[in-house]
Amino acid sequence: MAPKKVLAPDTINGNIKKMVYAVRGELYIRASELQKQGKKIIFTNVGNPHALGQKPLTFSRQVIALCQAPFLMDDPNADIFFPADAIARAKQYLSYTSGGLGAYSDSRGLPGIRKDVADFLMRRDGYPSDPELIFLTDGASKGVAQLLNLLIRDEKDGVLCPIPQYPLYSATIQLVGGTLVPYYLSEEAGWGLDVQDLKRQVVEARMKGITVRGLVFINPGNPTGQCLSEANLRELIQFCHEEHIVMLADEVYQLNIYQDERPFVSAKKVMMDMGPPYSREVELVSFHTVSKGFWGECGQRGAYLELTNIHPKTVDELYKVASIALSPNVPGQIFVGLMVNPPKPGEISYPRYSEESKAILESLRRRARIMTDGFNSCRNITCNFTEGAMYSFPKIKLPQAAIAAAKQTGKAPDVFYCLKLLEATGISTVPGSGFGQKEGTFHLRTTILPSEDQMPEVMRLFKNFNDNFMSQYEGPSGALSKL
Amino acid sequence: MRRLAQTLAKRALQAKSRASSSSSAAAAPCLTHTPSSTTTKAPAMSPNSPQEANGSKRNLSSSIVWSPPITVDNINPQVLACEYAVRGEIVAHAERLQHKLLHNPSTLPFNELIYCNIGNPQSLGQQPITFFREVAALCDYPGLLDKDETHGIFSSDSIARAEKIINSIPGRATGAYSHSKGVKALRATIAEGIERRDGYPSDPEDIFLTDGASPGVHMMMQLTIRNQQDGIMCPIPQYPLYSASIALHDGTLVPYYLDESTGWGLDVSELKSRLQAATAAGINVRALVVINPGNPTGQVLSEQNQQSIVQFCKDENLLLLADEVYQENVYVDNKKFTSFKKIARSMGYTEKDFSLVSFHSISKGYYGECGRRGGYMEVTGLDSEVKDQIYKVASVNLCSNISGQIMMSLVMNPPKVGDESFELYTNERDGILSSLGRRAKMLAEALNKLEGVTCNEAEGAMYLFPRIELPEGAIKAAKAAGMVPDTFYCRRLLDATGIVVVPGSGFRQVPGTWHFRITILPPEDKMPSIITKLSTFHERFMQEFQP
Repeated sequence: MAPKKVLAPDTINGNIKKMVYAVRGELYIRASELQKQGKKIIFTNVGNPHALGQKPLTFSRQVIALCQAPFLMDDPNADIFFPADAIARAKQYLSYTSGGLGAYSDSRGLPGIRKDVADFLMRRDGYPSDPELIFLTDGASKGVAQLLNLLIRDEKDGVLCPIPQYPLYSATIQLVGGTLVPYYLSEEAGWGLDVQDLKRQVVEARMKGITVRGLVFINPGNPTGQCLSEANLRELIQFCHEEHIVMLADEVYQLNIYQDERPFVSAKKVMMDMGPPYSREVELVSFHTVSKGFWGECGQRGAYLELTNIHPKTVDELYKVASIALSPNVPGQIFVGLMVNPPKPGEISYPRYSEESKAILESLRRRARIMTDGFNSCRNITCNFTEGAMYSFPKIKLPQAAIAAAKQTGKAPDVFYCLKLLEATGISTVPGSGFGQKEGTFHLRTTILPSEDQMPEVMRLFKNFNDNFMSQYEGPSGALSKL
Repeated sequence: MRRLAQTLAKRALQAKSRASSSSSAAAAPCLTHTPSSTTTKAPAMSPNSPQEANGSKRNLSSSIVWSPPITVDNINPQVLACEYAVRGEIVAHAERLQHKLLHNPSTLPFNELIYCNIGNPQSLGQQPITFFREVAALCDYPGLLDKDETHGIFSSDSIARAEKIINSIPGRATGAYSHSKGVKALRATIAEGIERRDGYPSDPEDIFLTDGASPGVHMMMQLTIRNQQDGIMCPIPQYPLYSASIALHDGTLVPYYLDESTGWGLDVSELKSRLQAATAAGINVRALVVINPGNPTGQVLSEQNQQSIVQFCKDENLLLLADEVYQENVYVDNKKFTSFKKIARSMGYTEKDFSLVSFHSISKGYYGECGRRGGYMEVTGLDSEVKDQIYKVASVNLCSNISGQIMMSLVMNPPKVGDESFELYTNERDGILSSLGRRAKMLAEALNKLEGVTCNEAEGAMYLFPRIELPEGAIKAAKAAGMVPDTFYCRRLLDATGIVVVPGSGFRQVPGTWHFRITILPPEDKMPSIITKLSTFHERFMQEFQP
């Protein structure tokens, strides 16, 4: 018999074993298997727009191609392929670097791009931003992980996370050995954030010996899609100030807004508007990325974080940790540069950029509506409108018989439902239990990213499945649940 | 949700009961912020104060200077403990000088900074391989593939390769997240490249593409280290990624010393005695790191030596972590790179009885594509459940960047005989490698001419690691300045010449010996002037401090 491995499943780091990450969990694995067997799978489990047919914006790809192969700029035929403003922009970005895309940059990212980000934040919020406090990262997830690693010392350190939450947070907190302190978003109030509940949770956590050090909020919400109001953000800032808690603002969906009542407002702007002591004292880290919005450039791993009111020595420590990874990828950094400084009116590429980006956003808005309405027309399903982000998070009222059947197979009821949905229709979703949900309620998350012409068919498939499922476990429609 | 609640409840039980509420924090005495005097570990949490002392004055009078709750005194102590000298104190000083150079150049005795601190070839003018960049550009902007004129500008094999790559990515979407291990077809290409290199099979499912090699190293450390009792054997001198990563994950570095007198030889009896000592001290040694070719030491291991290392790992049941990122950088005729996988397989060890993780990257070699952050690790001889756990950790970060993934596949499958780009590619590759070899030799010879300096030749990698006999006077002066002696030397070198090198203490060294690491990357035509600057500085330094 072979000797026991050094790294046997029972001798690896316990935090890794404990960690759960649902977005690529059981459902995703099963979907991949089915796909291998030749079944057509509609992947709505990850916010990965290009994988579902969304096209990249032309200007950004022209600029990056020129940065990849600068010899193209010297070619007499360059203007056949590239508009002059793309060439000018590529030259500008290459001038920011010491050796093009192939050289490590400063560990926080290229100073030129960080300055462009700071200028963008100034335009967006109306308050100055310091490039020295902007760190570019390989996707926002990297930044979140670095921050949480800095914040959490041991399992007695707690971080408040919304429930339902994007599982990056629960997974990373587990990985670095901290404690997740949940606060609940209110589904009845359109996934609103209730500061009273936050206060209760902090008191409760402290009674258990947990030091609450951070608060994560996601605006617009993932998976819940709500857009926070300015008033709500003010309350949140006051709360963090009172309780001495660092705010981690996940604002990666700031361009994905599908209603007009509550446009996106950044936590930093609200905090600055509130004036002292908040503007000077509340510690805030905000995250943004090129993976979402109308860019959807997930594969580039480009993102930034901005630090506000963080102790300078702590900033140095973050710099040190970033430096161990040498530098974020430079092509991704350039995408960040493009995102914060897209073509402007009057420039050659502006009309095309404007047309492409508008088309994507307007279509997403229509799809958000089709999906919400579709879910709400289904038996035993209610769904808040997707005000922003890229997801629908419908609540499914599962019949007792379905819950019992799930138990028999040893699966959580919503996992059971999602697996059946996958087998029947090829629609790959994520069960609500992966994000956390109120005890006894069941949800699933789907992206609103299937292409617009595919959408009616996706919703028809779903409705059919759900009808059959409900009939199977509850009897014909009009039975108990409708009472 | 249930799982979260359970975790929370369990942790709450585990936590020692402490009275902790915000009001008790508010009542704590006010302290002004005092930066921690220790640079290693932050003070332990006070059991009576859930909020840290210096962050607890928030509800007191507004006239008191406010200090944030998260300060350098109360962040994760593992973060404080880790050090990374390649971008440490000397580099920070270089950045200040760079600024000065821009705004007040007349105050400095040099007119440019020469960054020899980091293996970042393209920042020092090394040109990228044309074929690689052609493919990268086409993949990023596939619109080019539809135009006839493209054939006039791009090589035909770059067009074919880009088409093949794009078609192999689901949905032809180079902007999408890939599988968390990397695009499957690219992993297959890489596995084929490994097979060609080693003559033994490689499974694409064992390949994890990463943003550079470093994240792979971190993942393996995170997986292996459970607590401070878990030890990882590392060569000394070592590349500080390892010491930093072990510190971040709160494990114990178990050093073994490379023998400078035998060209940085790796002696298995040294491994054995260090392992025994660590075990006797209660450390559970779990893995051995080997860097081949060596960083910062530049030695290339012999096959015989590699065999005995593999046997040692086998006998002691250790995971072998093989840093093989410099595999293309070998500059001497009597040595060649052989992968640890090939060695292990040729000894008859298989997936079933030998645990090996090999790291590779696009940042080194003749390609030097550091900025793109591409790399992979090949994980062999671990249980499939453990591989699943690695996959899970990788999936939290979604995927590594696609541009880096594509470049990694090109490095492992460059143009072949008969391809249009083959000749250009070969010229570019050989030009870079032979020039690196000449630079390594030139620099080592010059260093060996200096008084009190001895330097092993760089058989491989990108660095020289000369030893300096510092005069007593210099050591005293360093102490007076509050600096480690080799840092003092490097700082003086920087101030006098603008040459940025890394002190040996950043890599660790035999106590009482002093070194620095210098890359061989400055352009060849600049080398003579760099050597002159370095030599002149050294002579003056020695004169100043000699009795």
